[in-house]
Amino acid sequence: MVEITDVVCSLCGCVCDDIVVEVEDNKVTKVKKGACAVGKSKLMGHGRIEEPAIRENGSLKACSYDDAIKKAAEILAAARRPLLYGWSSTVCEADKVGVELAEEIGAVIDNTASVCHGPSVLAIQDVGLPSCTLGEVKNRADLIIYWGANPAAAHANHMKRYSYISKGYWTEEGKKNKKLVVVDVRRTATAKMADVFLQIEQGKDYLVFSALRALLYGYEDVVPDEVGGISKKDLLETVKMMKESKFGITFFGMGVTHTRGRHNNIVNAIEMTRAAHTHTKFSIMPMRGHYNVAGINQVCTWETGFPFAVDLTRGYAWYNPGEVSATDLLIRRECDAALIIASDPGAHFPGESIRHLAKIPVIQIDPFANPTTEFADVVIPAAISGVEAEGNVYRMDNIPIRLRKLVDTEYIADEEIMKRILDEVRAIREKGGN
Amino acid sequence: MVEGELLIRNGVVYDPINGVKGEKKDICIRDGKVVEEVKNPKIIDAEGRVVMPGGVDIHSHIAGGKVNSGRLFRPEDGRKGVKARTKVCRPESGYSVPNTFATGYRYARMGYTFVMEAAMPPLAARHTHEELVDIPILDNAALPLLDNNWMTMEYVKSGDMDLLAAYIAWMIKATKGFGVKIVNPGGTEMWGWGKNCSLNDTVPTFDVTPAEIIKGLAEANEKFDMPHSIHVHTNMLGHPGNFEITKETYDLVKGVKAAKGRQVMHTTHTQFHSYGGTNWGDFESKADAIADYINQNDHATIDIGSIILGDTTTMTADGPMEYSLYQITGRKWTNHDVELETGSGITPFLYSGKSPVNTIQWAIGQELALLVKDPWKLALTTDHPNAGPFIGYPILISMLMSKKRRDESAEDMHKVIYDRAALPSIDREYDLNEIAIITRGMTAKALGLHEHGKGHLGVGADGDVAIYDMSPEERDAGKIQKAFLNTKYTIKGGEIVVKDGEVVATPAGKTYFVTPECDDKLTDEMMVKLKDKFDHYYSVTFNNYAVQDAYVPNPYEIKAPWRS
Repeated sequence: MVEITDVVCSLCGCVCDDIVVEVEDNKVTKVKKGACAVGKSKLMGHGRIEEPAIRENGSLKACSYDDAIKKAAEILAAARRPLLYGWSSTVCEADKVGVELAEEIGAVIDNTASVCHGPSVLAIQDVGLPSCTLGEVKNRADLIIYWGANPAAAHANHMKRYSYISKGYWTEEGKKNKKLVVVDVRRTATAKMADVFLQIEQGKDYLVFSALRALLYGYEDVVPDEVGGISKKDLLETVKMMKESKFGITFFGMGVTHTRGRHNNIVNAIEMTRAAHTHTKFSIMPMRGHYNVAGINQVCTWETGFPFAVDLTRGYAWYNPGEVSATDLLIRRECDAALIIASDPGAHFPGESIRHLAKIPVIQIDPFANPTTEFADVVIPAAISGVEAEGNVYRMDNIPIRLRKLVDTEYIADEEIMKRILDEVRAIREKGGN
Repeated sequence: MVEGELLIRNGVVYDPINGVKGEKKDICIRDGKVVEEVKNPKIIDAEGRVVMPGGVDIHSHIAGGKVNSGRLFRPEDGRKGVKARTKVCRPESGYSVPNTFATGYRYARMGYTFVMEAAMPPLAARHTHEELVDIPILDNAALPLLDNNWMTMEYVKSGDMDLLAAYIAWMIKATKGFGVKIVNPGGTEMWGWGKNCSLNDTVPTFDVTPAEIIKGLAEANEKFDMPHSIHVHTNMLGHPGNFEITKETYDLVKGVKAAKGRQVMHTTHTQFHSYGGTNWGDFESKADAIADYINQNDHATIDIGSIILGDTTTMTADGPMEYSLYQITGRKWTNHDVELETGSGITPFLYSGKSPVNTIQWAIGQELALLVKDPWKLALTTDHPNAGPFIGYPILISMLMSKKRRDESAEDMHKVIYDRAALPSIDREYDLNEIAIITRGMTAKALGLHEHGKGHLGVGADGDVAIYDMSPEERDAGKIQKAFLNTKYTIKGGEIVVKDGEVVATPAGKTYFVTPECDDKLTDEMMVKLKDKFDHYYSVTFNNYAVQDAYVPNPYEIKAPWRS
């Protein structure tokens, strides 16, 4: 038995890196410390795609890696409007090869931010993002707001490691001297812990941000007695807490990005942060989901100039979410082939786009089966990043951390699968005189 | 023809480190290095053209979290400068915040072969290195930010200079960094609470002043044979009247003895720190006062950070400065404070010749270059992209070489230039030798890289050469600008990477990093304190902190022994 410390979790955007595991006979046998229940399950391992496969007459037939990679390359090389999608649950090294492949075949490359914090990116492009690292929150924050986010369920270690319950330099007594505000449409597990819970009416986030902004700028007279289901008294109380805090932060989740108002909500949330910043130090941060969704945004940005929804058919990067984002392309039935890696559009895309995806050749690269596997035509199992493969990832606050390899595997890492597909594609194109 | 041999024949060579001032000379290269002679080389005919060593940029923001946040929140900038892929090149995008590929290609087309990334947040060092790896052609290095660090301030407070040296040594190694970068010392820590400070204010909790931090780091740096001095962005950047603080900052380290024959302090983007007046209304140039100081003293060097008119993206670890700038413009603003270490801010900015303040700023950078007498004390920069993108260097070169061009440009600027700036009254014109000094000779020496084959063409130097398509007699500013924008040839490590202004090969660059060698006992003692920081305050563990070797696939290590 070997004990491995400082293990980095490859589950959510928290990227906890203080996990201790035991490894015996090339298998993680115990997670001793650090991981939440979901992270633990990932580290311990569960059902996976066991072998490469190609769909024949409606059902997947096992094949060799070579055959699956060759088939994948043939599909991509022949496609006129290929889509390369996913990239958030793998390492940056694989993402980089993805961008290179997109350039080579003139593909659209998009990532899960497109259906997740894409609206947040659009808002940042409008007004910027006053933010900080999670350690800043740990050491300084005395006011924490979770808005449309339920970390108690979705980012189980977030409060303990970084925010409300953590202890740091100026926060050595933990939650005792902190305030927690939760804004949500229902009384979530996180809301139950809050000093102030503002139960907002569905779709009224924009109004409430506007009301708080007005109060922060001193325009109390323009705010009515109730906004979005929240009383003016509660709004005033919240603003008082914001002004009196030494360091405040708003963490926001899908509850804000995917309700009425979308990216405009986030613009307003950031504007509220700017307003609060006229009184005290105030920051804001999106609660990123996948452990490396921040990383694909980073890689895609430094390589193409843009964070998601990048069309490389012109030979240079064309960025236009809404036009060349994955769901829109699929709904318009433009794509004639798709490579899906480290994600599951089968479960998360709108029905209309899935219907088109099911009709076109789909290559899936993933350690685990998911609804996308049901219609994938080529399935390539990958090593599990963070357990069987190492590589760089970016935490939700864009801090880069290197995933560790804990055990050996026969499965090939995403980066190598991608490189082999790229090599095959180049060989085919060269033969064809391109 | 012998593989790996190259002969650059009959060029007019400017190699200031070796005292070569426009001599007709052959340059021989074998296996990537300059040699005495070659047997059967590939020949480049440089007859009548200007030949210089590859350019060395001492200060530019090209890689890392700030730069990428700039790209991410400015798709409107990304859309400028798009260029489709070629058989050799990957797609280009961006103007003030170009993508990594464009960064490499554009510098190479200007004849540059080494660029220093000027600010690396230690906790995010992996990010900087990931981008440096993706910048083609250029050799590179990065300066970790070590001044607002709690460890630094605590050792400065307790006066343990040896332990401070042990700390910076460990941090430079852990980040695969090159030296000590200082940005608004104390002020960025205070920005953690939304505040700022000046040179002699006390930083609460840590009970030290920025002045003490700067002096302490200068002393700690000189305990090793470091190739570079401390690299300082002084307090109160961009504030009217800050020139006094800048001068006072130089005085702080006057008594510190350099480990090597170089400056003990390099202050960067000095244009932003040479301001007179008390507010934006009576704002004026104090470039003359700063230049006088530099002329009279030998312990400090500067780079100019000269303005390129137009739109750009400002970005710095000086978080409070970016907030002030955003408050002036009301444009988008990103901030990113980094626990226990540093911070950053980013906001777009338009430098307009119609604005009196921008006009004076525009004059100051050029005044510095023209009023500092000894070009070996001065480097050409735009603090890319803060005062403007690096692609504007050829404009600056043509300005410095042509009084006529400066006068014509001044006519298009706000008339305040004739009242509150000295530029219109300065007649000096740079010659090509001086241009070679401020773009490669001085910068290589100030970084200590001349000992490692950069910035000159002596035997043993790297085979990095720029051949400009102009005669040494050329005086037409437009033609000078054009020649410096796209070389006839750029040669990197003996390989032709640019021909007739087009990138023809994209070899990977090397990353230069310094290993300060510190006594184990000192390191162990320091480590107790550092590990306590990780146990209680950092959000990553100690064992996950240091940059792994995988992030520097093409390393070039420079050892810096402890000086007894």
